[in-house]
This record gives sequence, structure tokens and C-alpha cells, in this order.
Amino acid sequence: MDLDQRLQNVTIIGAAGKMGSGIGVLIAQEMARLKLVPENKGNIYRLNLVDVSEEALDGLRAYMKAQLVKAGEKSTVMLRELYRHRKDLVENSDIINAFVDDSTSVLNYSTDLGIAAKSHLIFEAIFENEKVKIKIYKKLNRMCSKDTLYLTNTSSIPIGYLDDSAGLGGRLIGYHFYNPPVVQRLVEVIAAKNTTEELKAVAGELGKRLRKKLVPANDISGFIGNGHFIRDGLHGIAEVDRLKAKFRYPGAVYAVNRITQDFLVRPMGIFQLIDYVGIDVFQCILKVMRTHLPDDSLRSKLIDRMAKYKVLGGQYADGSQKDGFLKYEKNRPVGIYDLRKKEYFHISEEWRKRMDKKLGPLPDGFVPWRGLLMDSNKEEKLRQHFEKITAMDTLGAQLATAFLKKTKDIAEGLVSRGVANSGEDVNAVLMNGFFWLYGPINNYLE
Amino acid sequence: MSFFRKKVYACSGFYTVSLGTGRKEFHPKKPRPGIEHYIKEAGLGVIEQISNPEHIDEGIIGNFIASRFCHQGNLGGFFPMVHDTFQYKPCMRVEGACDSGGLALAAAVKTVLADIADVVMCLGVEVQNTVKAVYGADYLAAAGWYSGERKQGHAYFFPDQFSQRAGACFDKFGYDRVRPGMARWYVNAIENARKNPKAQEYHNKNSDLNGTGMTSPNPKAFCEYINVFDCSKVSDGAAGLLFASERGLEKIGVSKNDAVEVIAYAQVQDNLTTPPPDLTKLTTCEMAAKRAYERAGIQPKDLGVLEVHDCFTVAGLLAVEAAGLAGYGEGADFVKDGNTSLDGLIPTNTSGGLIGYGHPTGATGVRQAVDIVHQLSGKAGEYQVEISSERPYGMLSSMGGNDKTVVAMIFKKTE
Repeated sequence: MDLDQRLQNVTIIGAAGKMGSGIGVLIAQEMARLKLVPENKGNIYRLNLVDVSEEALDGLRAYMKAQLVKAGEKSTVMLRELYRHRKDLVENSDIINAFVDDSTSVLNYSTDLGIAAKSHLIFEAIFENEKVKIKIYKKLNRMCSKDTLYLTNTSSIPIGYLDDSAGLGGRLIGYHFYNPPVVQRLVEVIAAKNTTEELKAVAGELGKRLRKKLVPANDISGFIGNGHFIRDGLHGIAEVDRLKAKFRYPGAVYAVNRITQDFLVRPMGIFQLIDYVGIDVFQCILKVMRTHLPDDSLRSKLIDRMAKYKVLGGQYADGSQKDGFLKYEKNRPVGIYDLRKKEYFHISEEWRKRMDKKLGPLPDGFVPWRGLLMDSNKEEKLRQHFEKITAMDTLGAQLATAFLKKTKDIAEGLVSRGVANSGEDVNAVLMNGFFWLYGPINNYLE
Repeated sequence: MSFFRKKVYACSGFYTVSLGTGRKEFHPKKPRPGIEHYIKEAGLGVIEQISNPEHIDEGIIGNFIASRFCHQGNLGGFFPMVHDTFQYKPCMRVEGACDSGGLALAAAVKTVLADIADVVMCLGVEVQNTVKAVYGADYLAAAGWYSGERKQGHAYFFPDQFSQRAGACFDKFGYDRVRPGMARWYVNAIENARKNPKAQEYHNKNSDLNGTGMTSPNPKAFCEYINVFDCSKVSDGAAGLLFASERGLEKIGVSKNDAVEVIAYAQVQDNLTTPPPDLTKLTTCEMAAKRAYERAGIQPKDLGVLEVHDCFTVAGLLAVEAAGLAGYGEGADFVKDGNTSLDGLIPTNTSGGLIGYGHPTGATGVRQAVDIVHQLSGKAGEYQVEISSERPYGMLSSMGGNDKTVVAMIFKKTE
């Protein structure tokens, strides 16, 4: 059975979540495209979107519609060709509406897992709980055809472990999209030892169709993305522990976040990134990695305490940032959570200036991440930036240099432990999945 | 020897900011002023320059397609909202696609020439940021032949029409000649716009304009031979000025030194249902310019300043040829050699043109006239060019559709 045939009936489990819904939009577009090809006339296409509550599915309906309209608007040039035979569709608006109708007509929304019985391709994108995942796979395996292929969006649980536990016989592959799947180009692909060649080929072909950048990772918990992010986050937390005597706790969080954002020219500081992902998600991934890896350092009392007090970060439905380590106004940090007082410490302008003075200035000619994003000469500008950083004698520059080195060590560790096949793959994940302008394996310190 | 039987003057020009992407104050998701705001701002901007607005006899407004962008028709009805003087006076809207402003100019001049008005206010307006560009492209495609062309046409109908012209020019005159000329047109447009605080590209800080101008096209998302920087903007804006007889000038208290003389115009229409005879030429623009020169009794070399309809960079190159400033196929070289720059042989689109200032379609022809009036009366500010006594003329060429509807108008500095 080829990919075109498999794409006639697909199910997404956990379809109302932020990852499942994005995957749904991508697959719906591809199914609509197939449906419009003249040779496929008469074929029935179904995308089953399964989640636990009707309320969640209502939200998903609105999201799917809005996203498919956006997708139609972005691909009108191509859609006019696909609809050339339809004389009644003349204006772009006619064509976009027809595309949205054609795409939404393939969608089935359900809270019943049984709807997946006829699917030949199943995406699973539920929360990171291996027991629940295994239970669902076992159930699916009982009711679906024995040639049904499974793709899991897990970001940390070993694929071979899930496959063995559910008895899927090599029909499961890790297919880790990044948030939001509609926008982010990266997909980490994790084949287990027994993953079938057919499934690997289907996963590769699907990636091309969805215009994703596929980066292979080996089947070791956390893979490349979380393998790096979680350790980078733990290092940020360790730095706060080290610096809090000097700066007090809020000052240390501020300093480490600012160093990692501005001095290291990243899209956001490490604590904002942990908040973006969600502190509870960070805690959950730590637990999974600790379970599957012989590394007891994969734990953080600070994360556990934040989670205990329900200071969790994450995002609102519109994508804006919820408060976590940092408090946000218009997505900019304005406070730092003080666990002792259980309230946010307000970042006043005066306090900010005092802290910045302790860290010292940024190098001359500093351009922030956003300013360099579209700059065709960014490699050279970054090289000059880090050359200046390493030559500066300020506290900020010293902390940044040390962090840059640790980040590189973490990345090289992923290669030496066999998580990544190469340094290029690690760099590709950080640059495409985390929007870094440079890979962690670089020669800026040489 | 003038084509006109009496003297007609233009004065008191004003235009609004061209709002859209590029302006710092523009945010697509935030509320913006509506079409009434622009009409009123432009109208009052004109009226505030004269002492006796009660002597304005008539109002004419150019607008392409507010009925779709803003769900608004009957625009003549907004004149009495601008000022009481228009209550119960003749007011109307004229339309000729992107030449709507040009037609409004022609209609205003005719009214003065016909001796039925001494002072006519001429406005132009368009508000286009009400919908995304992909839907705006539908509305603007109405400048072509809907039942004959639209279905087969591109998602971005007009950009594609001029992309095909660019492709034809590449084939005929060579990519290496034409493409750098188009890029230079873009560079000039942005550099001029940076001197015009009302221009949409006023805030443009790009340090590699030529590199941007040379960006490779992306046919999957846009057009085959042009990039998005080759295109004029999606803009909200309005412009206005007065046309008056000698007696009219006296009535509103404007001295001839503050006015410029309109000495000729030509209004030319081609058949909307036939394809352009030659993609490498703006045949109708050429016809309009030729007639305007004949009626004015001048030649292209007598012009001190020029305004052309650069809805796309390639249209700018072809328009310079159509205006008789460069020979057939030589527009790109002429522009690349700096002849149309502010300090060049014939400063062209000095306030940024449609690419630099912006292209609020129905306002554009009127905005062009305002810029010519400002240049010839020494009021162009940062982008003022020197107007010598040997070359005291300025011409505008306003185009609608794919070289279908054209007004060329020639102005002269007053002595």
C-alpha cells in the first residue's frame, strides 16, 4: 500500500492539542490536494480527528477552519491551477472558499477511538504519558488492520519501548513535529531498531509532501531536541543556583535569562523558553528521560517546586505566553516568580538598569536575534559578535562565554552518546526547531 | 499656442500619508481610519490653503473601487461632509480603474474650460487595506476584462500582467539590460520616498536596495518574472487640489505665483476587450503623451519634471519610453544611467512614485498632479528639484488597467 492509498483514511489521536491540531491541518491540506487530482475522482478521503471531549473538538473545528482559510490564502497561485476546470470559480475568494470546503469535507470529529478502525495511517499526539500511550496503541492494534502504520509525536519516550510494549512489530516511528507544526519546518524522525523499511519510506515521503525538514535522531530518550533543550535548561537552573548568593534569586534568573537571550543572540532567554514549553511539560520530560536513561542528574528541585505551586507557564489558546518563571505583559518579561514569597518580583526600570550594569554592556554594534534573522550577512556578524564577547572582561561576557561552551558540550555529548548521527544534525534541530541563528557546535570560542 | 481657449490653473495641492505596510504606524490587525477620514483630510488640506472656500463651485472625486474595498458608493456625497460650501453644489465621482484620479483631473479641467465653474475641487481616494492582498487582487482585477480574462488569469492578476511584460522585455532586449534597470527604478523610488515624510516607504532603512531590487522571483507564491519589490504598494490615502480660471484664482485669493498653469492634456482610451498590441510597449500611454505634447506645443526635452504611473518597476521603464524621454527598448539603460534620479536629466517620480510613496489607486493621478504643482511652484520640500526657465514644464501620465485608460497632463510654471 503506497502513501497515496494510506492517505485516504488517516486518524489523529489527540487531535485537539496544539500539536495534533497542527498535524491535522497539514494532513487535511494534503488529502484535499489528492482529492482534487482528476485521477483520484471517486476516491473517498477521511481524516478522523479524535480527542477526549466534545468541547475540545468544538475548539478544534474553529481552529481547522481558520487554518485552512490561511492555507488557502497562502497557496492561491497553486489552487487556481487545481481548480482551473471549475468554470464557476473565478475570483481568488471563490477558489479559497472551495478549497476550504473540500478540505473540511474530509474531516470526521469524534471522541470515539473506534473511528480509527479503517485507518491505514495513524498519528498519535497525546500528552507525554507512556502508560496511556501504550494502552491506546494496544487498543488500536486490536481493531486496525495489521498493516496500519503509526507515527508518534512523542518528544522523549523511546520508540522501541512503546512498540515492544504495545506489540506493534516495527510499525511505529517517531515523528516529532515542533510547535506550531503548521509553521515549524523541522520534524525529528526516530526509527527504532525494528521499525520497518516500509514505514521509514512512508515517513520520508510524507515529509517531502508536507515540505518539512526531516532530521534523523536515534532512539534514545529525549532524542536530539529535548536531549539538548532539557540539559541546556538544567544548566541555566544550575547557573541560577550558583549566582543567587551574589545576585539574590530574582537577579540570578534575570541575569541567566538575559545572558542566554541577548549575549547569546537567541530568540528568547532560557527561562522564557522553559515557560514557553511549559514547566509541567519540562518536569514530565525530565521524568521520562530519567526513567529511560542511566542519568540521575536529570532532575531539578526548582522545577518540582514551581510545578507544586502550579506556576506552570505554557501558552494561551492565542499563542500568547502564560506566566511561569517570568511574568509577561505583551509577551515581554515584567516580573520574576519568587518561590519564597510566592509572588512575582516586579522588574522596575531602576532595578533592570542596576542589574544590567552589573552584567556590563553588550558588544558595540550588537544586533538582537530579530534584527539578524533576515540578514544575509548574519554568519559574519555573529562571528564578530562572539569575537568581541570572548575578548570582553565583563561579568556578562564571562557568563555568556561559559554558557556557550556548556551548550556546545551538551551538543557534542549527544553525538558521542549516539543520540545524533552528527553535529550537523544537532545544529539542524536547534536552528530549525528552536530558531537559533547558529548551531551549538561552532567555533566561536576558538 | 495653447490647446485651451482660456487659462486654467492648478493650486493648493495636498495629500495624506500613504498608509500601509512599511509605515511604522500601520498594523494590519489594528483599526484604521475609514474612507471618510481620508476624503475629509485631503479636502480640508486643500481648503485650508485658500481664503474663500465659498467660491468653490464643484467637487469631483476619483475613486476606483470603494464599492468593494469599503462597501461604499456615491462618493460625491462626501463633499458636503468635507465643507458646507459643497452643500447643494454639483459633486460626482469618476472611475477609470487606476486612472480614476487622472480622469478626475481631466473632468475638473473640462469643467473650468466649459465656463460652468471658476473653481473645482478635485480629489482622489482609495482605501485598500480593508482586506488581505489576495482578496484585494480580486477587486483590482476589475481593471481588466472580468468575463474575458479573469478566470484564466493569475491569482495576482495585475502583477502577472506586468510580469508578462517584464518577461517579454527580457526576451526582446535582454535580461541583463532590463533587470538592472528595474532594480534601479526601485532604488530611486525608495531613495526619493525617504525624503517624503508622507511616503509609505519613508521609514525604509534597507542598506542594500539594489540587492533587494534584484531579488529572484518566486513563481510558486507570486509571479514568474517580477518580485514583490517590483510592485507598488497596497495603500490607503487621498489627494486633492483645485483647478481654477484666472477669475477663480482671484475669487479664492490665490496668487499666480502659488499656482501653476495647466496648458494641455490628452485623455486616451483603448479597448478593454483586446490584448495589448505589444507587451514591450505602453502604446496608449505613448499616444496620450504625444497628443499632450502636440497640444502644448512642446517636446519631451522641454520637461523639467515628470510623473509616471510606475505600478510596477517595468511599467516605470516603459512609461519613460512612452513619454518620449528614452527610445524604444532603451528605458532600462536610461534609468540605470541615472537620468530619472532627482539630480538626473529628467527627475521622475520625485516624491517616490507608486512604489515609494504608495498607490492608493483612485488617489494616484491626483497625487501626481499635486507633486507636479509642488515642484513647479517650489513647494516640494526635501525633494525639490531645480526648475530652470528653459524647461518650465512638468508632465504627468496616469494609467488605468493594462495600458487601457490614460490621461497625460502638462503643467507650466507661472511667470
